[in-house]
Amino acid sequence: MANKQTGNFKLETRNVELWYNKFQALKGISLGIREHHVTAFIGPSGCGKSTLLRCFNRMNDRVDDCRITGEFLIDGKDIYDPKVDVVHLRSNIGMVFQKPNPFPKSIFENVAYAPRIHGVVKNIADMNNLVEESLIKAGLWEEVKDKLQQPGTALSGGQQQRLCIARAIAMRPGVILMDEPCSALDPLATAKIEELIDELKGTFTIVIVTHNMQQAARVSDHTAFFYLGNLIEMNDTHTIFTAPGKQQTEDYITGRFG
Amino acid sequence: MNETFKLDENLLRKRYRAEKRFHAYGIIAIGLALAFILFFFIDVLSKGIPGFQTVQVQVEVDYSQVVADGNYRRVVQKDLVHIASRGWMRTVPMQLRNHPEMIGTKETIWVPAAFRVNQYIKGNEGHGLEQKYQALADELYKQGTIRKAIDWHFFTRGDSKLPEIAGVGASLVGSLVVMFITMILAVPIGVVTAVYLEEFSPDNMLTRTVEVNINNLAAIPSILFGLLGLAIFINFFGVPRSSALAGGMTLALMTLPIIIISTRAALRSVPNSIREGAFGVGASGLQVVWHHVLPLALPGILTGSIIGLAQALGETAPLLIVGMMAFIPEAPLSIYQASTVLPAQIYTWSSDSIRAFGELTAAGVIVLLTIMLMLNGLAIWLRQHTSRTW
Amino acid sequence: MNSGNVILWILGGLLPLCAIAFFLTRNRMTHREVAGLEVFSRPGYYGWLSVIYIAAPAIFVALCFSALGLLHLYQTPLPMFTVGILTAAALGLAASVRLINPEKNARLLVEKWARGLMIFAAGISIMTTIGILLSVLFESIRFFQSVPLWEFITGTRWEADTAFLAGAGRGEEGAAKPHFGAVPIFAGTFMITAIAMLVAIPIGLFSAIYLSEYAPKKVRATVKPMLEVLAGIPTVVYGFFAAITISPLVVQAAHAVGLEADYTNALAPGLVMGVMIIPFISSLSEDVIHAVPQAMRDGSLAMGIGKAETIRHVVLPAAMPGIIAASLLGMSRAIGETMIVVMAAGLRPNLTANPLEGMTTVTVKIVESLTGDQQFDSLLTLSAFALGLVLLFITLALNVISTLVIYRFKKQFALV
Repeated sequence: MANKQTGNFKLETRNVELWYNKFQALKGISLGIREHHVTAFIGPSGCGKSTLLRCFNRMNDRVDDCRITGEFLIDGKDIYDPKVDVVHLRSNIGMVFQKPNPFPKSIFENVAYAPRIHGVVKNIADMNNLVEESLIKAGLWEEVKDKLQQPGTALSGGQQQRLCIARAIAMRPGVILMDEPCSALDPLATAKIEELIDELKGTFTIVIVTHNMQQAARVSDHTAFFYLGNLIEMNDTHTIFTAPGKQQTEDYITGRFG
Repeated sequence: MNETFKLDENLLRKRYRAEKRFHAYGIIAIGLALAFILFFFIDVLSKGIPGFQTVQVQVEVDYSQVVADGNYRRVVQKDLVHIASRGWMRTVPMQLRNHPEMIGTKETIWVPAAFRVNQYIKGNEGHGLEQKYQALADELYKQGTIRKAIDWHFFTRGDSKLPEIAGVGASLVGSLVVMFITMILAVPIGVVTAVYLEEFSPDNMLTRTVEVNINNLAAIPSILFGLLGLAIFINFFGVPRSSALAGGMTLALMTLPIIIISTRAALRSVPNSIREGAFGVGASGLQVVWHHVLPLALPGILTGSIIGLAQALGETAPLLIVGMMAFIPEAPLSIYQASTVLPAQIYTWSSDSIRAFGELTAAGVIVLLTIMLMLNGLAIWLRQHTSRTW
Repeated sequence: MNSGNVILWILGGLLPLCAIAFFLTRNRMTHREVAGLEVFSRPGYYGWLSVIYIAAPAIFVALCFSALGLLHLYQTPLPMFTVGILTAAALGLAASVRLINPEKNARLLVEKWARGLMIFAAGISIMTTIGILLSVLFESIRFFQSVPLWEFITGTRWEADTAFLAGAGRGEEGAAKPHFGAVPIFAGTFMITAIAMLVAIPIGLFSAIYLSEYAPKKVRATVKPMLEVLAGIPTVVYGFFAAITISPLVVQAAHAVGLEADYTNALAPGLVMGVMIIPFISSLSEDVIHAVPQAMRDGSLAMGIGKAETIRHVVLPAAMPGIIAASLLGMSRAIGETMIVVMAAGLRPNLTANPLEGMTTVTVKIVESLTGDQQFDSLLTLSAFALGLVLLFITLALNVISTLVIYRFKKQFALV
């Protein structure tokens, strides 16, 4: 797939540096993420890929001694501007975590939770529609439509992860961040999630962190390779995996380290 | 997909206010608890500290034959009879009987003042001192023959019906004896039980029953242990009522689950690699425990035991049931004798209507709290200075 | 020779015998070992085995004599008791010298006995439970032979004074029949417990939430031990505080708003008991709140849900079983708490919904009936055991329920 370097980026970082106390986890990262595309972050453990992902919805705010410089832009606006309300920001950016983490509530409530708290759906009929629409988009509707009142924790691992995706898309975010969403799943469930990602990219901008290079190759349009807090290379996924520009990238994708 | 949702700004403001309120509830809760602690300690200290202070009167003592014969009021000048402590005067004839050589001598000494004078001089309301003696007491206080002094004898004297000569001495000895009995019963049995459950017991129904039972025992109200002590130890086995033995055995059963639970936790914290290493060189089960596991778990066991014993030391309810609250002025000479303990002494005093006993009660409370604080401090110190990370 | 001396005599005789046997046997084996002869176990084990040879028969004889005495079959005179035990020990010593030989597997035997001893120790805790159950059960049965169970549970009049007269050997004719309707006592217990829980649950729970979710590390490290101080204060001290300080305050406060309050009002002991229970609720709740996986919080926060909203809608519902269990445990403690109510609550059973009036509780009545100069088998004394049975039953039920709830909570998050 071609990576036309035209148009604006949905998400953009400019010369981002991040420290945990004295440890520098990100070193001068500048990259752009295109709308309605899937972008994969790859690299060995500790390379900073998850850290960067969690900056986009300011989940690192919760870490006490975390310090960030540089710019994060969403639709051209600075994410870390003091005037920005994290509630606004996060309600517009969905996130899916490594391990499925459904709430200890019913399947319905899991999906309805955020829209209800944010007060964006006014009546029951709309809520029912929204839950159904989200579950359909997440490819879970057929499996759970008869047991919406059962606890979300009773589903299988793969189903739980798709429930978490449904939960994230219920707020109709512009971006979905996925932090190694398949690392706790078996190959069949993983395949389903990958299919889903492919379907979702028509509606959402997706950033996925993965340590599985085949997965990156399968699902993403662009791939960024990180190593020790540096962005080594970013390009079309096809290019990265067939003709990487840097030796380190070549070494990593051919399995010489990582 | 539809348009992205727009957030309702009004709702958002409300939500932010709710966030702040919720945070404030937490701070208020902590604040209330801490305020209570502060109020409690200030209140107890302000009530109790005067109890450590006694009022003394300087008297010229006349050890005459009349006094030795039992007319103790004649030991001081006539006008001081209602100023000096009657409790002290009563002790003089006995003293003279033991030391006949003192008869006929005179001396000038400081003796405790009667409790009404004591309360009057301290400026407490409800002192109950008659008008005419008030003037006398004022006069003597001005002259310097009535003074306030720290009451060191508070720690050595036993109980008395007269507050000016009552002290915590006998009950401290009683507490010590009861604690000793509790310790030599509860600690070995508790530790051995814990070792069995943690290191030897097979995982079967019986073991699980014992475990559930121990957890339940830890949560049974202490007063029921008193009923057990009364019905089984006293009425069935014939242990003397009010005795330190009855109290000690009752408290031992109450402390047992605490010691078992904390010892098990200490044993569990010893890593398995130690056991495997010892088994690997051919040690038997008992040797592994005795030579390797127990020494490593010892600090934890000690800490748990101290905390358990501190709890037993402050316990009152079961001891009331086994009769350790009667008026017992003397320290026990044997474990079969009636004795009292510090918390029971506090309880006895607190139910007395004489105002001066209020001070003594609070002073007793301070003594008890100080001992508890020291024991718990010791436990914390032990935990911090002996804890190791594996 | 009184019973105190007997113990001295017996210990004075037994300990040296044990020491002699231990060193005699151990040295015998050590000499063989040094001489190069075969000894099956380490010499120390033979020493311990000989101690068992002495102690076992001595204890057996002591138990036999005691059992005879307790069953009123034969009261062994103390000198005979002492001599009997020491004779058994001496015979044991002789046997140990003759029978212990180096072919014996002394280690196995000693370890078998040690295991037996451990099982015996573990049995004591079971015996304690059975002892508590039997001691309240037997006397309760005697009580319910005179007072119908139904009257006890549903009766609203508790007038035991005439039982006191009967217990003192007087009364009988002319005296009114005593009434043992425990409803007012249960109601008083319930009222004071309810007040305590109204104080303890909100403060304990919000403290736990603040400490685990909001407090900076330093605040947590100082506040947590301070809260634990509350748990270490002896109940008699709380009782004193409730009676001397809080009760008059309540009376004054009530007076200030134009209400009448007794000095033995239920509010003062209830409030103080609530404070006493705060640390139980807060530390248990903090444990379960802490056990809720961080991922669950992240999932909610990542959708722009606020911290408090996340706690209210995700963390607390997940931790609810644990919080309920903590509250039940706290409640069981409040119901069984004795000193605070004995010192600050009333003695008179009073069926009322007004917490400013004096009322009494189960534990107060138990203490009151057992600390007077009563014949042990008077109806009043027996009533204490009936109340004790109720107390045991209720607290046991609360403990069991809370244990089950906690177990299910742990299972939910795969902590067991």
